Amino acid sequence: MESNTKKVTSVWAKVLIYTALILGAVVMLFPFIFMLLTSLKTYAESISVPPKIFPEVAQFKNYKTAMEMAPFDVYFKNTVISSVGNTILTLFVTIFAAFSFTRYKFYGSNVIFTLLLATMMVPGEMLIIQNYQTVSAFGWIDTFQGLIIPYIANVFYIFLLRQYFMQIPEQLYKAAKIDGCSDWKYLWKIMIPNTISAIVTIAILNFIASWNAFLWPLLITNNDKMRVLTIGLTHFTNESGSQVHLQMAAATIIIIPVAIIYLFLQKYIISGVTRGGLKG
Amino acid sequence: MKNKTNLSNATKTTIKQNFLGYLYLLPTLVITLIFVVYPLIMSFRMGFYERYNYYTDEGSGFGLATFKFVLTDPNFQKALMNTFLIVVIAVPVSMIIALAIALLLNSGIKASKFFQAIYFLPYVTSVIAIGIVWSWLFHSDFGYINQFLGMFGVDPIQWLNDPKMAIWALIIFNIWSGLAFKIVIFLSGLQNIDPQYYKAAQIDGTPKWKVFTRITLPLLSPTVFFLTITSVIASFKVYNEVFALFGGKPGPANSCMTVVYYIYDMFYGSSQVHKAAAASIILFIIILIITGIQMLLSKKLVHYK
Repeated sequence: MESNTKKVTSVWAKVLIYTALILGAVVMLFPFIFMLLTSLKTYAESISVPPKIFPEVAQFKNYKTAMEMAPFDVYFKNTVISSVGNTILTLFVTIFAAFSFTRYKFYGSNVIFTLLLATMMVPGEMLIIQNYQTVSAFGWIDTFQGLIIPYIANVFYIFLLRQYFMQIPEQLYKAAKIDGCSDWKYLWKIMIPNTISAIVTIAILNFIASWNAFLWPLLITNNDKMRVLTIGLTHFTNESGSQVHLQMAAATIIIIPVAIIYLFLQKYIISGVTRGGLKG
Repeated sequence: MKNKTNLSNATKTTIKQNFLGYLYLLPTLVITLIFVVYPLIMSFRMGFYERYNYYTDEGSGFGLATFKFVLTDPNFQKALMNTFLIVVIAVPVSMIIALAIALLLNSGIKASKFFQAIYFLPYVTSVIAIGIVWSWLFHSDFGYINQFLGMFGVDPIQWLNDPKMAIWALIIFNIWSGLAFKIVIFLSGLQNIDPQYYKAAQIDGTPKWKVFTRITLPLLSPTVFFLTITSVIASFKVYNEVFALFGGKPGPANSCMTVVYYIYDMFYGSSQVHKAAAASIILFIIILIITGIQMLLSKKLVHYK
């Protein structure tokens, strides 16, 4: 890192770099700032020309009005249940699969692993056509099972955790065996505590992806009581027409929880993304 | 006698290894078979039917007619054309901006972590929510973009209503929303370059521009390559952006049709499920080809350390 600090020599270079980065940051943040400020404006302020950047008096009642027009509390609850439920189940499935591939030598394990990796190339959009039919046949339309179950086996997470599991020295397993420790206990007492940061990363990435999910919930929820936030927001936007200040309040409700998680757990998110991403 | 027990112990271990291995893998196998393998096979079956009733799962006429229909459908061709525009405009533009920002973030300034946190925010936030925000920024009468351009004497642009302009609104939004991921990946690529190379260049007094073209860029080529491939694949899958920007429509006069939007529209909008399946098979084949190119080229062209 010493060489890095030496790279910037002149004060002018620093001024230029900071100016460019601040300009860039303004462009990146602007939609978020616009959203927050507009959510606190009156309708007249939100559509004024020339624009009024700041509201005269912060209209917190916009949030209340939006929630009276559409059941955002229900959407919020549904989103929390499906994201948390999905994340917990995904963690179990991922941990078991990664454990299976690292701990046991079973017939066909290499072939199965390769085939699983190959499924990552299949676009998810291709699968929804039949999955919709399958989920209907199970009677899972408008249910949490329908929202959660099809997405609890994520090959990328299994691949990622397997790599962490493989780094745990074999001697630990042998020592545990001598002490009379079962495989099940070994998984919970040694493997998981030693890879906890990778598991936390997977949990956060999965939670965020699940929170923001759109196409699948759009297909399988018809009942307003089962809608999640992303779907509720698009319906609300269509129904509320030009009420931009209310729509921005609703958009803020979706974005704030994830933004808070991001603020505190950024380190895990970025480390996970640089290892292969959340969406790929 | 001793040999016999050894053998049975070994068999016992093998059985135990197989049993436990499959037991732990069972949830993954069950879910993958039901929700990935089965629908994959069924999509192929549906795509090859000429006529198909989704509700009764009855089809007739097995052949390539549905593929022919999709490939000659003006909407699908529009989708391919739009994808092409995104690939040749949005992808390179956002790559160049992202690389520039990553270089600045990696120049040893103190607030680098702070800026990195800001630049990455759009990656974790809902595309739907922020897309609706952008649809208001693009509003022709009181959107901030037109008001800003108005300061330079530009007449209001019908970003979301003019079929010719709508694709540009989508491309601008796509560039913005794609930056976060690319910046983080470029930055991690830059941080992986061995500082020894820069020290050597410094001792030799190599000019900065040459350091960039001779050291940074070649050593960064695996990252550039990875980002190109993932961005091209993502360009075929643009969907949420369109839905949010145009309120659940593929733009004015279908001008922002994309491949995944076409699939969704055929499936859910017009219940022509076999056509949706055929289009999704075409998408799958395109992704296979791109991934194949990636595997071939990554061995040959890319300059690894």
